[in-house]
Amino acid sequence: MSYFLVTRILSAMIALLGVIFLVFLLIHMIPGDPVEVMLGESAQPTDKESLRHALGLDRPLHQQWWIYVNGLLHLDLGTSLFSGRAIVDLLIERIPATLYLSLVSLLVTIGLALPLGLVAAVRQHTPLDYGAMGFALFGMSIPNFWMGPLLILVGALWLGWFPVSGKEGWNSVVLPALTLGTAMAAILARMIRSSVLEVLGEDFMRTAHAKGLSSTRAVLCHALPNALLPILTLLGLQLGGLLGGAVITETVFAWPGLGLLMIEAIQQRDYPVVQAAVLCISVTYIMVNLLTDLLYAWLDPRIRFTTD
Amino acid sequence: MRLWLPLSILGAWAFLAILTPVLSLTPDAIDLTKILSPPSLEHWLGHDELGRPVADRLLSGAHTSFFVSLCVVALGVSLGGILGVSSAYLGEWVDAVFVRIVDVMLAFPGLLLAIALAGALGPGIGNVILALGIVGWVGYARLARGQVLALKHADHVLAAQAIGAPPWRIILRHLLPLIMAPLIIEASFGVASAIIAEAGLSFLGLGVQPPAASWGSMIRDGTRYMLVAPHLVVFPGLALMAVVLAANMLGDWLRDRLDVKEQRSRRS
Repeated sequence: MSYFLVTRILSAMIALLGVIFLVFLLIHMIPGDPVEVMLGESAQPTDKESLRHALGLDRPLHQQWWIYVNGLLHLDLGTSLFSGRAIVDLLIERIPATLYLSLVSLLVTIGLALPLGLVAAVRQHTPLDYGAMGFALFGMSIPNFWMGPLLILVGALWLGWFPVSGKEGWNSVVLPALTLGTAMAAILARMIRSSVLEVLGEDFMRTAHAKGLSSTRAVLCHALPNALLPILTLLGLQLGGLLGGAVITETVFAWPGLGLLMIEAIQQRDYPVVQAAVLCISVTYIMVNLLTDLLYAWLDPRIRFTTD
Repeated sequence: MRLWLPLSILGAWAFLAILTPVLSLTPDAIDLTKILSPPSLEHWLGHDELGRPVADRLLSGAHTSFFVSLCVVALGVSLGGILGVSSAYLGEWVDAVFVRIVDVMLAFPGLLLAIALAGALGPGIGNVILALGIVGWVGYARLARGQVLALKHADHVLAAQAIGAPPWRIILRHLLPLIMAPLIIEASFGVASAIIAEAGLSFLGLGVQPPAASWGSMIRDGTRYMLVAPHLVVFPGLALMAVVLAANMLGDWLRDRLDVKEQRSRRS
């Protein structure tokens, strides 16, 4: 167990370092002079020089890197060029909205995917299976930025049940969560189906049936727990993606989370905020994936003990 | 049916996308008397908020999505395939470094890196392809590496090594042909996600710039007039969904046909 723990945490740390490095380089990928892009062509030369100095862009690259890492270690991500506020405060302001939307979306995902996937697996090659998988195929193929507007059109403009956008009132979360949840449920349902199908042919399933268990019980108590590992991994990946801010869905619904913060910053050419948002989102993603892997190992002794 | 439906949708898409330059379309022609006019017999798909014909813009958007997704997938498969195969075959430190790089790339969720890159590089079709290509090769590379790791000690590779074939020849003649099937399956799903990604970036305003048409930017512009002219959002979305659905169906079909593991589980 300890060997697995150490290697997994170590590789997460390396990935983290790589991500920080790429995010650091982002500002250097702006074609031309990044300061001019941020301030506009008509900016005064003195303003440009002072911003260049404030961002440390007048120093050699390796010094810039150390300053950046040093800032991160002190939780100092700089200040926003647009609002002049500390970027850490901006992030903290946006995190609760993203967290809230993620958790509701995850519930929608599981609530849709679990019955669909299980029914499709147990009733393989029946109309139920084809119906569930057809739904999943559609769900996979409808992009969020089309699903969102359609839900707004029907649920908000025609029926008037939900607000069009923003985060006010309890029901404002319904449409964005449905948008995210349907797309993810489609992928998850396919995974649940194939994962359960693989288990259904196992010997212990025959034993379960032979000893007279009802097929519902056999599936829920014997097949599902054994099929859970790949499902959990995918769920972890999806949660990580969600927590990081579903950029497009948050933009569609003007949901004040991390994803919208990033898009606003890109539009305002506020690159320090873009960097910080990308970093915050990626770090969350890495952490959730690490936790998923550890959970996976805790659940499956075969992984824990492989390289001990 | 499972093969012909997706193939005919994708075929029609490709055919129209290639033909758009010679179809004498007028996607930018403004007719102020027809602003937001709904679909009619004369103009099947109606007009947009500037009085431009939606049908022409839809076809010109097909051209954009076809061109971008093909470039992105071609870039991804060739770059990822070569890097993945070489890394697995050469092994040792090359492979170790490669795995780390792939890990870092995979540590970014979904479209995030592409959005950030497109935001930094600035809008434009070339930058979209670049951003999606930089993000897209990783999946193919990892797949190719995994396949080659399983194959590199196969007897025919050993035989080729024994008669003194150079590494590039072994990679090109004895490894790449054997891993083409999974790469092709991955690529057909890759087309689907590249189309969505291009449209997504254009939806966010980071892709194709106005007045050029993309299905993503058409949806974005249409959302502002959704109550009075829902056709502006509905048609580009339907087109997008049809093509993505077809690419996903083709991918599923290929996987069922080519993937041995799936066939085994189906028989049992």
